[in-house]
Amino acid sequence: MKEFTLIFRLKDIADFKPTPEQMQDRLNWLAGIAAQNKLVDQGNTLLPHNGSARTVRPDNIVTDGPYTEIKEFIVGYVIIRTETIEEAVEIAKGNPIFKIGGNIEIREVLKRN
Amino acid sequence: MVAILCRHFGLKHIETAEDIVSEAFLKASETWVTNGVPANPRAWLYAVAKNKAKDYIKRSALFETQIVKELGSKKAITEPDFECSPETIADSQLTMIFAVCHPGNPVESQICLALKVLCGFSLEEIANAFLIRPETVKKRLHRARTHLRNSDFQIGLLSEADIRSRQNTVLKTLYLLFNEGYFSRTHKGPIRNELCSEAVRLTLMLTENPLTNTPQTNALLALMCYQSSRLDARTNPEGEVILFDEQDRSLWDKSLIEKGNYYLVAACDGGERSKYHLEAGIAYWHTTPTAENKWQHILQLYNQLVLIEYSPMAALNRTFAFAKVYGHRQAIRELEKLNLEENDYYHKILDYLNNADASPRH
Repeated sequence: MKEFTLIFRLKDIADFKPTPEQMQDRLNWLAGIAAQNKLVDQGNTLLPHNGSARTVRPDNIVTDGPYTEIKEFIVGYVIIRTETIEEAVEIAKGNPIFKIGGNIEIREVLKRN
Repeated sequence: MVAILCRHFGLKHIETAEDIVSEAFLKASETWVTNGVPANPRAWLYAVAKNKAKDYIKRSALFETQIVKELGSKKAITEPDFECSPETIADSQLTMIFAVCHPGNPVESQICLALKVLCGFSLEEIANAFLIRPETVKKRLHRARTHLRNSDFQIGLLSEADIRSRQNTVLKTLYLLFNEGYFSRTHKGPIRNELCSEAVRLTLMLTENPLTNTPQTNALLALMCYQSSRLDARTNPEGEVILFDEQDRSLWDKSLIEKGNYYLVAACDGGERSKYHLEAGIAYWHTTPTAENKWQHILQLYNQLVLIEYSPMAALNRTFAFAKVYGHRQAIRELEKLNLEENDYYHKILDYLNNADASPRH
């Protein structure tokens, strides 16, 4: 079994706060992974707002948020366990983030120890 | 009684303590047949056990003093005073639960030992309850006792820290003990109900001590009360299991449901959400009539339950709730992802989803 991190991105900050239905869809999706015993870490939400997001660059340059160079911003991550990346892709396809124009990047985890 | 004796002897002598108690009961059965049952059988038994224990201590004390003498030193042996007040009994049983539930002991051994020492089941009864051979029970007990002896757990000195660190194991053992009685499909009859009621009794005892009366303990007790309320409705006179939907709800024990509500409220004091809270919440919803959003609530609780801890049962039950909310077709897709084709219950749910009325109930 390999581990994959699913990284969630959105384009519009207005979509960040989910409606109760969106939250429920998301929880159903997440619990569906847990029910297959493929959830490694339910991850966390990464707050994108001013005051919660900064980027540090060379020469002590600190900017608000991650938005100066990328149009999309990361809103969270989840770690799952599957045999192949194809299977991870199938699981990601069920996430409701696509309904609001978001996307999911899938990256295999290489453990550092 | 075994628990009280161990309090004085230490766990090293757990077998001796069990022997003494058996002897006391044997004597009782002989004496009571000829002389009739005494006015206070409980006190009588404790008195006999007490004397036998004192004899044993004197004997072993004699043995020890002789060895000590040879070594050239003298050791005063004091005769301990055995106290058998209700408080001491409750206290000793509580300590004993914590001793039995040693984290290093395999769970099945813990349950065997709990049944033997705390609930007074015989080897045959335990074997019968688990559908295993008495020799297997014997082996498990032996392993559990050896383990207890080798661990330096001091039964008399249970610190607050010990209690806190073991609480989870204790609750888990009681949870399994209850489930063994409640769900075992292969066995029917009074032993099953007795397993349930013993689990309830021991959990109730935990709620009576301020140190162990935690939200989790209350949640577990609430769960047991809700489940027990359906014990009588679950089987027909022939002992066959009746499915939830077909149960006669007038047979549900209302007072147990009310007790469940009481302990669930107590459990929610503090904002903790353990798996016992979630399971008690689900059991609570099952006691309510089919109301709007009922299955939506149940599904959300199952969602959280599988997120806290995966188990095949939780995964399958979640799919059932999912079917009630989103319809059978979607649920079948969820079910097929679970990779649980080996599980009997998987096929039961699949049959149900393929055959029963498929309209979603929001």
